[in-house]
Amino acid sequence: MSTVIKGGEAAIRASHKLVAEQRRGDVAVPELSAAQVREQLGLGVDRVISEGSLYDRELAALAIKQSQCDLAEAAFLVRAFRATLRRFGVSAPFDTDKMAVRRRVAPIYKDPPGGQFLGPTYDYVHRFIELGQDPIEECRDDDDAPLDPTAYEAADTSAIERSVGGLLAEDLLEPLPGGDPSGKVADLTREPLSFPAQRDTRLQALARGDEGYLLCLAYSSLRGYGRNHPYIADLRIGEVAVSFVIPEIGLSVTLGEITVTECQTVHQPGNVPDAPPRLTRGYALVLGQNERKAISIALLDRGLRAEELGEEPLLPTQDEELVLANCDNVSSAGLVQHLKLPHYVDFKGQIQVLRRRRAEYERSRAEQEEQAAE
Amino acid sequence: MMRDDTEFLEDDVYNFAYLDEDTKQMIRRTILKAVAIPGFQVPFGSREIPLPHGWGTGGMQLTASLLGQSDVLKVIDQGADDTTNAVSIRRFFKRTTKVRTTRSTREATIIQTRHRIPEHPLTEEQILVFQVPSPEPMRTLVRTEAETRKLHAAGDYSILYLKLYEDIARFGNVATAYNHPVLVNGRYVAAPSPIPKFDNPKLHRNRALLVFSAGRENRIYAIPPFTTVTSLDLEDYPFAVEPQEGRCHLCGSTSAFLDERVTDDGDRVFACSDTSYCEERRRAKRRPNEPVTDRAIEESAGQ
Repeated sequence: MSTVIKGGEAAIRASHKLVAEQRRGDVAVPELSAAQVREQLGLGVDRVISEGSLYDRELAALAIKQSQCDLAEAAFLVRAFRATLRRFGVSAPFDTDKMAVRRRVAPIYKDPPGGQFLGPTYDYVHRFIELGQDPIEECRDDDDAPLDPTAYEAADTSAIERSVGGLLAEDLLEPLPGGDPSGKVADLTREPLSFPAQRDTRLQALARGDEGYLLCLAYSSLRGYGRNHPYIADLRIGEVAVSFVIPEIGLSVTLGEITVTECQTVHQPGNVPDAPPRLTRGYALVLGQNERKAISIALLDRGLRAEELGEEPLLPTQDEELVLANCDNVSSAGLVQHLKLPHYVDFKGQIQVLRRRRAEYERSRAEQEEQAAE
Repeated sequence: MMRDDTEFLEDDVYNFAYLDEDTKQMIRRTILKAVAIPGFQVPFGSREIPLPHGWGTGGMQLTASLLGQSDVLKVIDQGADDTTNAVSIRRFFKRTTKVRTTRSTREATIIQTRHRIPEHPLTEEQILVFQVPSPEPMRTLVRTEAETRKLHAAGDYSILYLKLYEDIARFGNVATAYNHPVLVNGRYVAAPSPIPKFDNPKLHRNRALLVFSAGRENRIYAIPPFTTVTSLDLEDYPFAVEPQEGRCHLCGSTSAFLDERVTDDGDRVFACSDTSYCEERRRAKRRPNEPVTDRAIEESAGQ
């Protein structure tokens, strides 16, 4: 009897049935709703929004539920959906200086201009798994009065100056690079990644890259595989309004509000001959509340500017093809797992060649032994 | 619970063949460019589709862009219609287009394939869509794309010839068993996708349009009908197909590409990798041991 790796319609249907059963789990436990995911598993939703590169909390929540909270799979579902959406235009650039800030830290100053706002963060939570009472839940019960918004929200966002403003005034920080004068911005979802990549393309690729991959690469740049020690100059999370100019009537309309995380880092000067010594920059903007990812991206952005800044690109995090071409988890998850597909045709070819090489090896060994015996 | 296949289109959420019309138009334009520059890898804005990258998304985007209501689609993987991924892709297009699908090579107008070219010669009426994992024939030798692009532009393929030479010097023969690079129309070297060397000669002056796409790598390229395609070789080591051993235990073919299977007893048995070809031959076979002629196949197919 021969064993063949082939499966038909029936096998696939049966497999899907098993998935449905596994996903539902014990039917005695109430089924989770997408609304519950959206409201109570919000950071997972944010990750899916970011890697799925589509700001749709409802859809992301649904994808999380559908994928049993396999977030890479959920991001994939969102991407596949977004690919079907028609592009009717490009929104106007938004100004993160006008962000409704919920969280803002500027660790290079003791008392940064505009103040610091911790906002909702796990940074200072002691990481005990609370088997009984959750300490965060306890805080909620502490007093019935709602928090005073002025205690945690910037009253006047324009008061939050760029913490880098002072450095710029002293010319100790490089000015922001000018964009394309035509105002044209690359669109990675419509045009392929090609190398060398411009900064807009690079930041887009990183913004939807896999958080784990970016995090660990950024980590490597701090652990010895990097020579541009970073400081976070300004990290903020909040809401920005997205507006769109209707070309026919030339009017700008606000489409809605999105949550974004922005990170600006400053690093050692580059190595450009005759340039004044100035701090250099890294930058990140990520959809949703994703500060671990935003920091990682800012570090990698700076690393990938190596050549531009006159540094010899020797490290993995300075290699744009390595960093950018491999950061997408929809692509990487797909290809790594394609190894599950049948490969017997090319494998057979491989074995044929191996048999021939083996025969050749045996023959030459026998010859050598014969000669040695003589 | 899984939704019934027929519910899918009725929701009207997705366009015919899944991709929106703008995307399909963009892909068709890319195909035209690829046809105009045979063997040249044309970049395109590959989209995500609901199958994972590396599982045929490039080929699927081509198929989606090429399919019309009257097309007949065949999908094969490793030459076979009943391999899991082929079933899955065929099912995808059934759901999203409701076009007619077939297992027969001669009936199909569009054939999407992974790793094989059908045994039965194709016609001018047909398009063969290849799924390509890695479109760059020099990728393992030259790490950066910026560099390989320059080499293609200059038509400098010496590194590939050097690889052939090194194989011969080290192993005594050319060590590629599949995905052996081909020179298309005397200009661009292309990866034939990992088809076995056995299939390389079928690329030469094929009557059908051969289109290749790597979704993850954002590349489409083509070999137009009747294009000259030569497999790279050296004068004193001309390109040769791996000698086939065995005979199909189902249809008796010795000339088709044969899969090798190891039985529970440890014996090796052979069977055609192209299941459509094998079935056709078995249908045409009137008596055991009678050789199957082309004529018998034609007659049987006509019935």
